[in-house]
Amino acid sequence: MSDNPAIEVDDLTKSYGAVRVLDGIELRVPAGTVFALLGPNGAGKTTTVRILATLVTPDGGSARVGGRDVVAERHAVRRRISLTGQYAALDEIQTGRENLEMMGRLRRLRPAAARARATELLERFDLADAGDRRVTGYSGGMRRRLDLAASLVASPEVIFLDEPTTGLDPRARQSMWEVVTGLTAAGVTVFLTTQYLDEAEQLADTIAVLDRGRIVAQGTARELKQRVGGARLDLQLSDPPSFEQLIDYLGARALDSDRSTLTIGIATDGSAADARALFDELDPRGTRIARFELRTASLDDAFLTLTRDHTDARESEIAHV
Amino acid sequence: MSEYAVGPLVTRALRLSLRNIEGLTTALALPVIMMLMFVYLFGGAITTGTHYVDYVVPGVLLVCISFGAGTTAISLAHDLDGGIIDRFRSMDVRGEALVNGHVVASVARNLLSAALVVAVAFAIGFRPHADVVDWLGAAGILALFVLALSWFAAAIGIIARSPEAAQGISFLISFFPYVSSAFVPIHTMPSALQGVANNQPATAVVDSMRALLTGGHVGADAWHAVAWSIGLIVVSIALSGILFRRRAR
Repeated sequence: MSDNPAIEVDDLTKSYGAVRVLDGIELRVPAGTVFALLGPNGAGKTTTVRILATLVTPDGGSARVGGRDVVAERHAVRRRISLTGQYAALDEIQTGRENLEMMGRLRRLRPAAARARATELLERFDLADAGDRRVTGYSGGMRRRLDLAASLVASPEVIFLDEPTTGLDPRARQSMWEVVTGLTAAGVTVFLTTQYLDEAEQLADTIAVLDRGRIVAQGTARELKQRVGGARLDLQLSDPPSFEQLIDYLGARALDSDRSTLTIGIATDGSAADARALFDELDPRGTRIARFELRTASLDDAFLTLTRDHTDARESEIAHV
Repeated sequence: MSEYAVGPLVTRALRLSLRNIEGLTTALALPVIMMLMFVYLFGGAITTGTHYVDYVVPGVLLVCISFGAGTTAISLAHDLDGGIIDRFRSMDVRGEALVNGHVVASVARNLLSAALVVAVAFAIGFRPHADVVDWLGAAGILALFVLALSWFAAAIGIIARSPEAAQGISFLISFFPYVSSAFVPIHTMPSALQGVANNQPATAVVDSMRALLTGGHVGADAWHAVAWSIGLIVVSIALSGILFRRRAR
């Protein structure tokens, strides 16, 4: 695996008319990982995917996929990626196999190779029995799997999945998750969008939360969950120098900080043992930390908190000890 | 260019045509119905100075291929409206390849319709007075016009914002053969319509084919037909190129 990120996005902007859909997005996705862009409807997820997949030209900033610029080198990018959109891009009145063979031929495979690849993919995605039936008769889950299979005919380096499980029943969703998890085994980079926190958590190595065109949080599922959904310890420091020292010491572990109140937020699992360990680690002499608050929130609360103005964010529970 | 993509996309478009019940009805049933309708229902009331079936064959051919072109516009609009165009673009398949696939399938479908029209015509008494050269000439003029209408339909498919809009536009356009020498002699029309009829491609195509097949004098009609077709092809190709680029943004 190379050190170069599979996807690099810098200060990306896009407006449609007066509506600023993307407002300066920064992203790094390491090769061979699964990245989830999490956000509510209208956050700009699809626009981001469409820019990265070369279908839409950004207004400003830059984006590179597989080391190639999505605007200047879009043909090179297209040879390295595949896109599975929100709506199945399949011919209803062709069979699953015919759809896959066609995609193979369009990816410049010879007829025999396209046939072999179609058979292989139908097996792999549990569609072997349905392969010779027309897509019209497929269930939602089967369509999504076929759609994903179609995007894999040419072994792309980077796979974009726009809301891969929206509208699927729980069982179909589960089987889609298994399929996506299997993708990275071959070293492929997966960039997916979702509105579901549990989906991002289940699938992604790194998650970025997108809200109204801005990335409002980014991290591993664990970091994000602790930041938003697990417990969180807010420490109020006794003086500004202690605040600055602790900020330096914590680095990225600081979930949030506020200079005016000398408060730093840090993730915890909420247990007494963890809290005690944190106090011992951060304030061994017992002089720096003046007050603390332990806060908890549900996953839904957390998502809402992240995707709205922080000014009106409320903790669902406050514990003073 | 992505020439490699044209083959698979032609195969696709043909396969979709064969499985599209509406499109197939238009391509196969309409020629038979039109032929029988004009000859047996209307033919008795129309005086052309010849056996009406001999008069009307080029007209029915034109009506059928203009309906067939409508199918092309609708299926291209359908592709552009759905998710598949995004997949093709993200696969670096050029829009031109998709359009070419539809045009080739359209020509194949419409030539099949045309063959069916001629077969039915023979069955109900069409007796042309034409040698091999005349037949080749008529077939050539028709084939060129089929190509022209297919390209024109592709341009409509791109202009239309939805398959429904494409259907609406195509439906209107499919009336243009009626205001020509296709079914009735032009001199029987009101003078305003005569102006339209005398200066539109359907009349040039119909007159030249009729002359070739029934032993008349072809004259300049053939050149008019060819010029109309080539003009339509050039304009439609240019228009679809520009519109496609504008739309795919």
